[in-house]
Amino acid sequence: MAIAEQQPQAGQGSGDRSWHGIVLQTLKRNEISLIPYVPDRVLTPLIKNLHADPFFTTFATAREEEAVGIVSGAWMGGRRGAVLMQTSGFATLANTLASLAVPYQIPLIMFVSERGTLGEFNYGQSLVCRTMRPVLDSLALEHHTITRLDELEFIADRSIKQAVTTQAPVALILNPLLTGGKTFDK
Amino acid sequence: MDNRNTKVMNRFDVTSRLIAKLKHEEAVIGGIGNTNFDLWAAGHRPQNFYMLGSMGLAFPIALGVALAQPDRRVFALEGDGSLLMQLGALSTIAMLKPKNLIMIVMDNGIYQITGAQPTPAANVADIVAIATGSGLAKSSWAADEEDFERLVDEAMSAGEPSLIAVRIDDKPGVGATRRDPVQIRERFMHGLGVREPL
Repeated sequence: MAIAEQQPQAGQGSGDRSWHGIVLQTLKRNEISLIPYVPDRVLTPLIKNLHADPFFTTFATAREEEAVGIVSGAWMGGRRGAVLMQTSGFATLANTLASLAVPYQIPLIMFVSERGTLGEFNYGQSLVCRTMRPVLDSLALEHHTITRLDELEFIADRSIKQAVTTQAPVALILNPLLTGGKTFDK
Repeated sequence: MDNRNTKVMNRFDVTSRLIAKLKHEEAVIGGIGNTNFDLWAAGHRPQNFYMLGSMGLAFPIALGVALAQPDRRVFALEGDGSLLMQLGALSTIAMLKPKNLIMIVMDNGIYQITGAQPTPAANVADIVAIATGSGLAKSSWAADEEDFERLVDEAMSAGEPSLIAVRIDDKPGVGATRRDPVQIRERFMHGLGVREPL
């Protein structure tokens, strides 16, 4: 079981101070209501609570590229969105970032659940994780790795506002130190 | 797939027929390559968005616009090769059922712009059968130009998303979109009433 699920503060209510509660509230405060995602075990409590909250339109897509296309169209139509994915899903996005989000100056907001580090048990996951930051850096994309609960709200809230005002994508990488990550039990 | 009961039409002609029907500032998303070149050539409108990359994302981008503006009709023009890259998007659209989304597939069975190589689907798969199987019940082949126009009219008052597949020839696009992504996006947002020009 992920550490985050064992923490006493990780409740289900919208006002809780778990990592996923903070992410949900930060999205809401910034009027981000469209949440396409490709699921990830660690993101499960966040996805579950987003589905349960009628403020959000939350749904799975078949691929991460598709989700990026959807929130890009929604942004141009005046509605804000964010994409949830895993590290391996981010690895499918280089072309979409380079040919849609960056050149069209779309404030694409990505939450990436980080696998491949701090106790990864799947070699492929650890390898694909190493491609993520070089891809982000090669496109000079803003990204932050969030490791601490007390910094999460500040980083997420400020980064979303910066993405919108500067019309530039941002990747918020949710590190296992924050979420507990996925451990070798399933 | 060679649907014998469908006439081989022309992309620019079909696109022009569609644009001529738009009277309510409908949004139109043009997929990569010839699809958006012919949309551009049919006459620029502020509600047109032209993709200069991200092959396969015309339907997802249009879905996003449709979800953001449920009172506006949103058209997406996509090539068969592009659609093959993102078939999963058809099920996403079928699940969400945005009634204001109309998808048009220009099917020539080839990657025209790269040298007319046949797509893997060309002789074996049927785009409309794929769409129907993905959950989009309102999917049809246009038999000819007149039938295409009829299907568009029908789609404009439909209560669910529609997909219209058009068998087209191997001609290249007529125009060439100005490759200015920021201006394309900004003009589109003005056209959708999201922003005012400076």
